[in-house]
Amino acid sequence: MRTTTKQKIAFSVLFLSTLMVILPVVFVLGTIIKNGWQGISWEFLTSMPRDGMRQGGIYPAIVGTVYLVSLSIVFSLPIGVMAAIYLNEYARDNLLTRLIRLAIVNLAGVSSVVYGLFGLALFVTFMKFGVSILSGALTLAIMNLPVIITASRESLANVPYQFREVSLSLGLSRWQTIRHSVLPFAIPGILTGAILSLARAAGETAPILFTVAAFYLPKLPASIFDQAMALPYHLYIISTQIPNIAVKTRYATAMVLVGISFTMNIFAVIIRSRLRKKKKW
Amino acid sequence: MVTQTASKIIVKQLSIWFGKVQALKELSLQIHSSEILSVIGPANSGKTSFLRQLNRLNELEANFRVSGEVLLDGEDIQKLSPEILRKNVGMIFALPQVLPMSIYDNVSYGPRMHGIKNRGVLDGIVEESLEASFLWDEVKQRLKESATKLSGGQQQRLCISRTLALRPEVILFDEPCSGLDPVSTAKVEESMLKLKENYTIILVTNNTKQAARVGDRSAFFLMGELIEFDKTQKIFTAPADKRTEEYILGKFG
Ligand SMILES: Nc1ncnc2c1ncn2[C@@H]1O[C@H](COP(=O)(O)OP(=O)(O)O)[C@@H](O)[C@H]1O
Ligand SMILES: [Mg+2]
Repeated sequence: MRTTTKQKIAFSVLFLSTLMVILPVVFVLGTIIKNGWQGISWEFLTSMPRDGMRQGGIYPAIVGTVYLVSLSIVFSLPIGVMAAIYLNEYARDNLLTRLIRLAIVNLAGVSSVVYGLFGLALFVTFMKFGVSILSGALTLAIMNLPVIITASRESLANVPYQFREVSLSLGLSRWQTIRHSVLPFAIPGILTGAILSLARAAGETAPILFTVAAFYLPKLPASIFDQAMALPYHLYIISTQIPNIAVKTRYATAMVLVGISFTMNIFAVIIRSRLRKKKKW
Repeated sequence: MVTQTASKIIVKQLSIWFGKVQALKELSLQIHSSEILSVIGPANSGKTSFLRQLNRLNELEANFRVSGEVLLDGEDIQKLSPEILRKNVGMIFALPQVLPMSIYDNVSYGPRMHGIKNRGVLDGIVEESLEASFLWDEVKQRLKESATKLSGGQQQRLCISRTLALRPEVILFDEPCSGLDPVSTAKVEESMLKLKENYTIILVTNNTKQAARVGDRSAFFLMGELIEFDKTQKIFTAPADKRTEEYILGKFG
């Protein structure tokens, strides 16, 4: 075979593989939007569900998800970043830190339902937070920690080693060096990682199943010790537990969920490119 | 003003190891105030390790060990805090390491981190430091621009200004011109010659001609040992050791 023919075949195969990656996504999104867009209205987004969730809107589920995600980041971001700083900047390479690193990598791969059970045992039962936003947010935070730590460590490791040397050679302490000469340059990556992990958390059902999610609760939570509805679980319920519900309601709910994740991803991209422009090396 | 022959730095029996590798072997020498000491020698002869011992950067390495003593103004540097030592003993690296911030912020970085907040004071320090490395005229109109936009030679002079902004007493140069063209190199050398009036300078260089041009005295390192240490002119015209002569003539390294 001639090389040009070979090359054409290779390119075609590569292109087809790419297509196969994209096609399902396009198909899924297409289906959701096609079936869901008629269900989307201002009322749908801002009113309580009625008539056993067959009528009305999904407002409490949206609010519940926003609460959960925001509260979970309050716990996971600072702890994750501090752990990453410790592991990347202070910890020496020894058996213990290697074990910790291995544990973090493995924790990131643990099934989310396991985190759900863990949250049930620790926060709901043992710490007596009950089935509540607090328990759910903490569970999501724990699930997200390995991802945030890994992303933060990578961003820290990407800051050139020379920045630290320069900083120390100017007589800055190790903490000053981390605080002023390393962290600012890692922040775009850290934030991106955090937001992406949040987008994932927003869509998870298993961790909130036992810890926070209410089946049908047509009112807004009054405090973090209340139960709340949440979008992914609500979607699961209206798709499997409630007969005679309009198809467009299900797909519209899915559309909102996808929309939230999508918006967060866009945010992540914008933040990164904004900050990168300022802190480029 | 200190007299010409006062010893600014006294190194006694200094040995350095990284794991099993001995980078420096029982090195002893004295460095005067207001002189430029050039350190020459082939790669891996311990020049960088020596330099980084003078501001204690070596101790960042996990497998580093040291024996012997370094005295700065008669005081054991191990007894100083590393922050104070490094503020007094500045360092310029082989490749210009500007931070990704404005020219102004680069130069004022050290002073700001050491607690100077007054804008007027900082302005003064920035101008003075840029003047001293002959960069002021080239950048005074664009202090707010990113330092990464400067040419390599300008960046290296910016690094010198950044070090000068801390008003150190000693400046260590580790092959500062290895990435620069001859014109930029000449400018860096010019500023070194000017600076030596007020600072003690140690210049590690792989360019023997540069050592001959700017060094008052020169030290020849080979495989971690100090082979010869004398007036630069003597080293380059009548070296006592055969290995020094061979190195200078370019026979190895
Ligand atoms: N951080 C380090 N870890 C291990 N070995 C090192 C380290 N730094 C230097 N060395 C070794 O020490 C010796 C001297 O190196 P160096 O001081 O960098 O020499 P030079 O600057 O003259 O090229 C070399 O053999 C080098 O491999
Ligand atoms: Mg070197």
